[in-house]
Amino acid sequence: MSGTFVGMPAFPEAAQDAVRDTTLRGNLRHATHTIRAKRAKAVAEVSDWAALREAGRRIKDHTLLHLDRYLEQLEAAVTAAGGTVHWAADAEEANRIVARLVRETGESEVVKVKSMATQEIGLNEALEAEGIRAYETDLAELIVQLGEDRPSHILVPAIHRNRGEIRDVFRSRMGHWGRPAPEGLTDTPAELAEAARLHLREKFLRAKVGISGANFMVAETGTLVVVESEGNGRMCLTLPETLISVVGIEKVVPSWRDLEVFLQTLPRSSTAERMNPYTSTWTGTTDGDGPRVFHLVLLDNGRTDTLADEVGRQALRCIRCSACLNVCPVYERAGGHAYGSVYPGPIGAILSPQLRGTGSAIDASLPYASSLCGACYEVCPVAIDIPEVLVHLRERVAQGGPVTREGNKVVLKPAAGHGAERAAMRAARWAFRHPGALRAGQRLASRTRRLHPRTLPGPGRAWTGSRDLPAVPPEPFRDWWQRTHGGQDGAR
Amino acid sequence: MRVALFLTCVNDTLYPDTGRAVVRLLTRLGVDVDFPMAQTCCGQAHYNTGYRHEAEPLARHFAEVFGGYDAVVTPSGSCGAMVREMYPRMGERARAEGRGDALARTLAPVVPTTYELTEFLVDVLGVTDVGATYPHTVTYHPTCHGLRALGLGDRPRRLLQAVRGLELVELPGADECCGFGGTFAVKNADVSAAMGADKVRNAASTGAEVLCAADNSCLMHIGGTMTRLNSGMRPVHLAEILASTEEEPAV
Repeated sequence: MSGTFVGMPAFPEAAQDAVRDTTLRGNLRHATHTIRAKRAKAVAEVSDWAALREAGRRIKDHTLLHLDRYLEQLEAAVTAAGGTVHWAADAEEANRIVARLVRETGESEVVKVKSMATQEIGLNEALEAEGIRAYETDLAELIVQLGEDRPSHILVPAIHRNRGEIRDVFRSRMGHWGRPAPEGLTDTPAELAEAARLHLREKFLRAKVGISGANFMVAETGTLVVVESEGNGRMCLTLPETLISVVGIEKVVPSWRDLEVFLQTLPRSSTAERMNPYTSTWTGTTDGDGPRVFHLVLLDNGRTDTLADEVGRQALRCIRCSACLNVCPVYERAGGHAYGSVYPGPIGAILSPQLRGTGSAIDASLPYASSLCGACYEVCPVAIDIPEVLVHLRERVAQGGPVTREGNKVVLKPAAGHGAERAAMRAARWAFRHPGALRAGQRLASRTRRLHPRTLPGPGRAWTGSRDLPAVPPEPFRDWWQRTHGGQDGAR
Repeated sequence: MRVALFLTCVNDTLYPDTGRAVVRLLTRLGVDVDFPMAQTCCGQAHYNTGYRHEAEPLARHFAEVFGGYDAVVTPSGSCGAMVREMYPRMGERARAEGRGDALARTLAPVVPTTYELTEFLVDVLGVTDVGATYPHTVTYHPTCHGLRALGLGDRPRRLLQAVRGLELVELPGADECCGFGGTFAVKNADVSAAMGADKVRNAASTGAEVLCAADNSCLMHIGGTMTRLNSGMRPVHLAEILASTEEEPAV
């Protein structure tokens, strides 16, 4: 994924600043609670939501099971419709292909549709290194780009910014990238939107190359689909002469009938809209209409490795709606940046350690960035059991085991730093297999209870830093039971 | 009907009052409840922290201890969910790892017989009025695994509403996690504490004297936060409220 995130500290450390930033927490709380309530209302209106969710799950599972077949069908259909299909095994290859394609047009700037896949591979930075400037045209992505910031939400990348901050970014930075912000710009939403409109219009009219991702690819006709709210995406998809789309291989669906399910569940889950405002579809190229050259770059970047894992593969069902972020109590307090990936929140916590592996500090800590409360699974429109995958990945980190990396089966060793925990878990398992030992421990705790400190040293501070310890009772329940009911079950 | 109390290791060690309350309540309702002394731990902490293989012997031990009972009652939503939801999954995983059906077969008998306390009261015994008296203002926090994994729904509220003298006030943001999450509470202590503080603030805003839940591990975190923040409220397990009567009131 993007080089921006290399060297991220582990999640607990990365989350510290956000947890203590009361303004940021207020912003996030307000934003996520508003959208979560709207989503709940939009979903409650649909009488067959459970059936749609199940259909979405099954369509994705079926497609993933036969991914090779549907991708080849898609490639044939796109090619027949005048497009060119490229296959990229990883981020580097995808970036290389896109840079070459842009260079071949003779252009040195491109306009971009909001796209998670190009964020994932760090395309903008890779193009910059080749002397090609990529302009983000989604309003929130524009704010992030102008502010030299990082996205903190899948759907609302600038969710961590308030209106005043956005006005300041526009005032100080727009001039460096093109048309400056109007004089006397205030922080009213209408003025901010107008400033962005004027700034971007210039770029839409000038650009010869557009770059996009896609929400869906329909295998039967070779059609790509982009779902967006602003119409800026449609400008990029229709005005330039050349269109390059970088799309993860898991975005394919077999047919238009399948697409129908997701066009109902995605808008309600993400923006809480009944119907999506701008749904653009295109099939190869069309004479006299839209781009004359179309390239599709199909991106793997860890997806087939993820597909090889029986439990973890359900993460590939994700349609990037962000509903899980908006209900997550951990995301709400830690903020999106703490996840060290363009995929924050619960879905990011199961996607990043699979796409990138669990080798880095941040990726090894993401599976633990959850209280396993299950709110994410409840709202997921494709029924990804995120807690199940989190626990599965914790096992991979703590105990190691078989995984697929770059197509090869390897056996991971347990991650470093879990030795003491592993020993404690083994000791606890031993004690719990020997009720006598448990009882001896309980009695020791009870008899020494007056000596227990209120706060603990070392790792114990993680508890007592913010919470008092429970008082240990004079006797454990089992002793009371034996005293009072001993005759009934003395043998056991 | 042979009924066993699975108290859980946390309650046995730290919250014996909850265990005594369950025994008192069930006895009052005519249930002859047994406490098999060989019981220890369901393995939830091991499983959820990523030590599934360490949890397996504990799950097998649970099945040995509780296999002979018609019903196993536990005053913990998360430990109940461990048995009902995770034990079948552990069996499936063992099978997928080429270890055959042995684990699945061993664990299968206790899955349908294990009930969280409120399920046992409402679904098996068919009571919502358990004859309790508890003259206090109470707000109820539905713990995550009870709410979302077991789907306890309105059972706890119906039980509380039938308690004489009890005034039940709604908890704002009730469905939101308190931030305990087992080892999450120490692995991500800052985020956990922030969630706990928000839960306590919401609880305090109700003006209730007591925050009630049906899981002492969550209450240990919420209660520890309450005393640290001097909220003036106290955490009480649902079983202790339901066991309370005019003659023998809970303190």
